[in-house]
Amino acid sequence: MRGNAEAHEMVAPGSLAAVLELIADQPGEWTPIAGGTELMVAHAAGRLSASKLVSLWGIPDLRFVATRPESFAIGAGATFTDIRNHAGIAADIPLLAKSATWIGSIANQSRATLGGNLVNGSPAADSSPALLVYDGEVEMISIRGTRRIAYSDFHTGYKKNALAPDELLYSIHIPRRFAGHRQYMRKVGTRRAMAVAKVALGATALVRDEIITEVRLAAASLAAYPTRLYRAEDAICGKALDAASISAARTALLGEVLPIDDIRSTAEYRRRVAANLLDEFLSELQLPEAPR
Amino acid sequence: MSATWPAIRFTLNGDSREVHVPPMKRLLDVLREDLRLTGTKEGCGEGECGSCSVRMNGELVNSCLVPVLQAAGANVQTVEGLACDGEMHPLQQAFLHCGGAQCGICTPGMLIAATHLLERNPNPTMAEIREGLSGNLCRCTGFIRIFESVISAAAQSERSTRAR
Amino acid sequence: MSTAAKTRVVGESVPRKEGVDKLLGRARYLDDIDFEGMWHGATVRSTIPRGIIRAIHFDPRIDWSEFAVVTAFDIPGKNLIRLIFDDQPCLADDRVNHCDEAIVLLAHPNKQKLRESLAAVHVEYDPLTPVFTIEESEGQNEIIWGEDNLLKSFLLQKGDVDAAWIGAAHIVTGEYRTGAQEHLYIENNGAIAEYNAESGVTVWGSLQCPFYVHKSLMAVFNLPEDKVRVIQTETGGAFGGKEDFPSTICAHAALLAMKSGHRVKIVYDRMEDLAATTKRHPARVLHRTALDADGKLLAMDIELATDGGAYRTLSSTVLSRATLHSPGPYVCPNVRVRSSAWATNTVPYGAFRGFGAPQAIFAIERHMDEIAATIGMDPIELRRRNFLHTGDTTATEQVMRDPVILDKLLDRALAESHYHARRARFAKENPASPVKRGLGISAFYHGSGFTGSGERYLNSLAGVDVTPERKVRVLVSSTEFGQGTNTILTQIAAETIGVDYSDVVMAPPDTSIIPNSGPTVASRTSMVVGRLIERAGAQLLDMLRNHASLPEEFTPDEFFDACERYRAAHGEVVSLCRYEAPPAIFWDDETYRGEAYPAYAWCVQVAQVAVDTVTYSAEVEEFWSVQEVGRVLNPVLAGGQIEGGIAQGIGYALYEKVIWQNGHMANNQMTNYIMPTAEDVPPIHVYFEEIPFAHGAFGAKGIGELPHDGPAPAILNAIRDATGVSFTAISLLPEDLFAKLSEHPVAEPATV
Repeated sequence: MRGNAEAHEMVAPGSLAAVLELIADQPGEWTPIAGGTELMVAHAAGRLSASKLVSLWGIPDLRFVATRPESFAIGAGATFTDIRNHAGIAADIPLLAKSATWIGSIANQSRATLGGNLVNGSPAADSSPALLVYDGEVEMISIRGTRRIAYSDFHTGYKKNALAPDELLYSIHIPRRFAGHRQYMRKVGTRRAMAVAKVALGATALVRDEIITEVRLAAASLAAYPTRLYRAEDAICGKALDAASISAARTALLGEVLPIDDIRSTAEYRRRVAANLLDEFLSELQLPEAPR
Repeated sequence: MSATWPAIRFTLNGDSREVHVPPMKRLLDVLREDLRLTGTKEGCGEGECGSCSVRMNGELVNSCLVPVLQAAGANVQTVEGLACDGEMHPLQQAFLHCGGAQCGICTPGMLIAATHLLERNPNPTMAEIREGLSGNLCRCTGFIRIFESVISAAAQSERSTRAR
Repeated sequence: MSTAAKTRVVGESVPRKEGVDKLLGRARYLDDIDFEGMWHGATVRSTIPRGIIRAIHFDPRIDWSEFAVVTAFDIPGKNLIRLIFDDQPCLADDRVNHCDEAIVLLAHPNKQKLRESLAAVHVEYDPLTPVFTIEESEGQNEIIWGEDNLLKSFLLQKGDVDAAWIGAAHIVTGEYRTGAQEHLYIENNGAIAEYNAESGVTVWGSLQCPFYVHKSLMAVFNLPEDKVRVIQTETGGAFGGKEDFPSTICAHAALLAMKSGHRVKIVYDRMEDLAATTKRHPARVLHRTALDADGKLLAMDIELATDGGAYRTLSSTVLSRATLHSPGPYVCPNVRVRSSAWATNTVPYGAFRGFGAPQAIFAIERHMDEIAATIGMDPIELRRRNFLHTGDTTATEQVMRDPVILDKLLDRALAESHYHARRARFAKENPASPVKRGLGISAFYHGSGFTGSGERYLNSLAGVDVTPERKVRVLVSSTEFGQGTNTILTQIAAETIGVDYSDVVMAPPDTSIIPNSGPTVASRTSMVVGRLIERAGAQLLDMLRNHASLPEEFTPDEFFDACERYRAAHGEVVSLCRYEAPPAIFWDDETYRGEAYPAYAWCVQVAQVAVDTVTYSAEVEEFWSVQEVGRVLNPVLAGGQIEGGIAQGIGYALYEKVIWQNGHMANNQMTNYIMPTAEDVPPIHVYFEEIPFAHGAFGAKGIGELPHDGPAPAILNAIRDATGVSFTAISLLPEDLFAKLSEHPVAEPATV
């Protein structure tokens, strides 16, 4: 244990309103900590620079899954156990439920929160590709009120996001209009459990009369933050699925991703596997949908 | 323990406990150092090995990643709370007979994870057992006899349930 | 053997002797132990791989008077870790030879202040050019050790290799490489020490070999035998990683205890343990093999090189075992093995389950499949034609007098795995599937116990005594670290003497109490030390019959009554026996000829592997292991050892890679050093054949290391079977598979 517990102040106001008051009063001073699965690792390594922490753990206003006719609203404090166990999510937005089962281990899932996963902003974040291909929106809150932006606009750079210093991530909204879409999610890690993604691909697509009328592709670990693969999407959107369009999509993906070499993998491997995953998805599209 | 830190109270293996420690002290360290329960182990400090696993409000957590302030008011269970009145828990019995423990250092965390699994899912499939224990690393057994121990304990519970 | 054994205990799966405490969470590992007034210790380590220490600066903002500070200058005796060859310093003196080498030790009662002080010590170096690979070391452009960087070499010769190439129908060459491997015991290294001018040094530690530590501390502190006491605490995994390293951490804790006047505890966190402690020797093996037209081996020319790291430590003995295992379980009239261990500026490599055999066996078993492919023969048939049989002679001219049943093991492995049926199925399914499946085998032996005259040199002493509390105590320095020592030895004692398993306990692993029965290594505990317990038990019965009227048939109560009669007359009830070498064991260390090992365990393993051509990952789907290990003393424990060893072997092949950056382990966190989880290990099927070995306890041979020898080559042979592509280096990660499969694309499934 390389961190110094005494060097960190931590408060737990216990309500969303109290937390917002605090961070409005002292913007940028207090680092929110939810389940701690990221910050406590830094603490143990002696790398936790945040000297003041405000706990979001257990605040009921943040930990919810609301099913509305048009969308799900998932509180930023919802844990991945909450998400994977939710019947509605498993039925309507299965890619998110699936990615929840990939976070760390059961013990990590019961503490890691959706909000924490997004605000931490790792390019390898497990929940991000699903949120991107479901057109997720994020709702941010401060004492000044709430505002919503597309999740695809939330990350602004490597570990940078759109939150103002006095804002918290409040909830994530996912429209419930993808039930008729073909869906795909695959994560490639160092092993079957407790693995940071080397690369992951999520996809949704609507196929009508053998034409792809809508397609959304998103990846992890292929850029500074989780992103949609717009050029690959353009290569097949509105087109028939044939050898030419599949090849064009693959070429587009290979050109648009920016993987790196790091301690876990190589850029070349990531690039090639991402293209293979896309091929795998597109091949699946050519077959009738398997029963879910 | 310094009296300058405000009290943090929680229930531990059924007993009320109170500590005066910094809020960012890890629950793992509070258990081992302040409460002198050394059954829960530190293998990595990163939430990767699971040897620090405890149950908190019925959920499985890695206590090395829990700031003790977030355990305030919670119900915490450690390996020391598994046996009842000197009788080993069925899982502990099963581990003993099936060879689920070799060096024993991963065993407390493994037992907590297995307890959590069987309470949620009394008749797990092999795939569910593997997933339930995937956050607990064992370097000695290759996991095989740990799986057998869990299956044995599950079967035993089923027999005693049916016998009632 | 005892005529009075009431209960058959040997061969039964009696529960682990210390199992209840482990399951209740009551077992006390090193970091569970605290003493009143104890200080904590930490280590300032080198940040460069090689250089001269110009100066050490202590930041004046710290009040150093609160601390105990130790450097090489403080060492009262010799600044070395006594092992085989005295070249490893206890603390760096004027130079460092690897990253993370210990330079300064600090102790303080407060852990936080101690942490802060670590960052306040600045070492200034004059860097020297480091050497990082076997090739660089061999090249000898930079001499970093001795005269020539060569830590050790061996030459093993049989027949005339050079003459055999002429007229050979086939000559096949291959180069094989194995990487470093970390033990990853879940309990990190730790030690507590106290020092007293009158009574000397006492250490508690997580360790395998109390007397290795004892010997080393005597040298560091210049103390006689009776002024050093070493106590093993419950040890959470070792696998060889706590064979020699504890001598260093125990010496460090003791030096701080001496300097501070307080007990001192040093416990490494995972990052420090990964970076600074021993690992498995990397190796490079070159095979050149001549065969006749029927695929019979004519000659093997083997060059085997290991990377020993910065100091010799155990490199010579690892090299020895690698040398002796490199020709495989085959008959070959002409063999030459030239082996060498090279120094590099990395953390010294050490013992790890298998101890050179996994590296050597990886090479020969991969090579056999490469030969088979080259000459167009089935790899199974190739092995059958060349297997050793009873009465055959090995590369060291050892006659296999004890039965060798490789054919039977192979037959059983093929039958249990439905090998041919599976392969036929994969041949049909693979072309249309993105996942390619294959099967691979490995066949191997593992020499039980120390090589050649090693056991004579150890001259082990072990036995039993009886306490007034009516317990038989096993007196050994063999330690428990999960593999079952406590259980096996108490089973042996119980059955030999004729008391209940519950009547027998282990004497505390404390050098002031136990005799030196040798280190807990080399798969020798059951076979060698167990045999001493067997003899001592029989000797005890003789003593009691002759001097305490023990009847021919007796109950446990009558036994203990007789012991009390004996104690009244003689003061104590102790029976010790010294090692006796089996007859006709002759070994020549100079020529490397003779009986290399007194006994061999034999094994055939089969791996089924799936290679995913989308992600380039290889996974073991199922695994079979058929082994002949002499008498199985405890089936549950034995099975657990095989399964655990196989899991580690799978990690060695496909998951575990040490990433070096300038001689420092860059992936020194569990999140980045990958071992298989419960979701990654395949179903493992274990089958035992038993041919009792006359000179092992109740017929036992060694078992602990055998299972780690075979998985890696079986797995890579399976990958070759699945993809048609040959991989010759481990660890083999998806990125490596990708690199090669991209050059040789495997047939893609046709898209609809």
